[in-house]
Amino acid sequence: MPNLLAKGRLARWSGVAGASLATLTTMAGTVLAAAAEHAPDAAHGGEHASGGLPQLNPANFPTQIFWLALTFGVLYYLMSKKALPRVAEVLEARQERISRDLAKAAQLKEEAEAILAQVEKSLAGARSQAQGVIAEASAEIEANNQARQAQLNADISERLRNAEASIAAAKEQALANIRAESTGIVQDITGRLAGVEVDQAQADAAVAAVLEERRG
Amino acid sequence: MDPLHQFQINPLFQIVLGGYDVSFTNSAFFMVVAVAAIYALLVMGVANKSMVPGRLQSLAEMFYEFVANLVRDNAGHDARPYFPFVFSIFMFVLIGNMIGMIPYTFTFTSHIIVTFALAATVFVFVTILALMKHGLHFFSFFMPHGAPIALAPILIPIEVISYVMRPVSLSIRLFANMMAGHTMLKVFAGFTVMMISGMGALGFVTGLVPLAINVALTGFEFLVAFLQAYVFSILTCLYIRDALELH
Repeated sequence: MPNLLAKGRLARWSGVAGASLATLTTMAGTVLAAAAEHAPDAAHGGEHASGGLPQLNPANFPTQIFWLALTFGVLYYLMSKKALPRVAEVLEARQERISRDLAKAAQLKEEAEAILAQVEKSLAGARSQAQGVIAEASAEIEANNQARQAQLNADISERLRNAEASIAAAKEQALANIRAESTGIVQDITGRLAGVEVDQAQADAAVAAVLEERRG
Repeated sequence: MDPLHQFQINPLFQIVLGGYDVSFTNSAFFMVVAVAAIYALLVMGVANKSMVPGRLQSLAEMFYEFVANLVRDNAGHDARPYFPFVFSIFMFVLIGNMIGMIPYTFTFTSHIIVTFALAATVFVFVTILALMKHGLHFFSFFMPHGAPIALAPILIPIEVISYVMRPVSLSIRLFANMMAGHTMLKVFAGFTVMMISGMGALGFVTGLVPLAINVALTGFEFLVAFLQAYVFSILTCLYIRDALELH
């Protein structure tokens, strides 16, 4: 309970307050009682004629003390032997349960953390293994590619060379044909136009010279 | 209309024991009701032994822990064995006060003989405790530590008187508070009734003033009912601490 109720002061204060209130209200009560007694319709007028506070009537003391001793004795017995141990038992059981649950929770947390560490470890292992596999595969693919590329290049240059050779052959062939044709044409033209008979060797030399000139 | 009528002791049936009149009275009846209510609250409250307490169990546990803290904080750890005693005192006074707040009941804590007998029980208990714990050394309690020996003739009587007056102040505090509060409630209620019977129609209006005061006083009385039980048991705890530690 609050510390704001300073014990000593509270007790003293409430004692003083209680005592003064008691005095005041007893006075007020006596006045009121007197008024009630004088009132014509006071029903209980005669009843408290025995007078004074019922609390101060010693005739009532033995019964009150007797029943207080009896009831308080029974209360103390019931509290100390029956009721309080049961409440304490419940409170202790709860406290025990709470600490047991807390311990269990801590243990489970520890286990979970161990499992998590293990999982992370195997995950890291798997990751590095996967990277190895990937690197291996990409190296293999790279090598494969290069081999194929080289093969392809060799193939292409082989074909190019063949094509060039055949083109050159065809060209030689064509040039030779042109020279032969040209020699005939030159002989024919000079014979018709100039009436000069040019023999084949001369015509051929001339065509060769012109061809040479053009080519150069 | 007599505000003191509520404190009247009425025998319900006559019992005479060894020449003394120990009739079962309205006061005795409500003492029995208080004990039954306290026992029922605690035993029924924890009957289920629930891990998560219900309303009644929470109340029982709250009272237990409240008084347990009270004893620990004010009487020290050595006072653990006297917890049931303080608990019985607190609950008996608290429930006695609270029963008194129900109309037509009887407030046994408003009787000086009851509060004095309770306070005397505390006094005797504490004195026996101190004597058992410290033997004759207990009487050094009446001479404050470090006070000059020359002052002993003055100090010792003062300390003895203040020690012997403990049950008196303890009992009068509770009795006076309870009686004053209950008388006041009756007085103000009486004003309302007088105004209505005396002033006729106007009385119904003016009678509202003491009625409003009575409503506030009722709330105040609940506070006092708790506070006085608290003060009574806290002082019991402090006396137990004195008995255990002497200084």
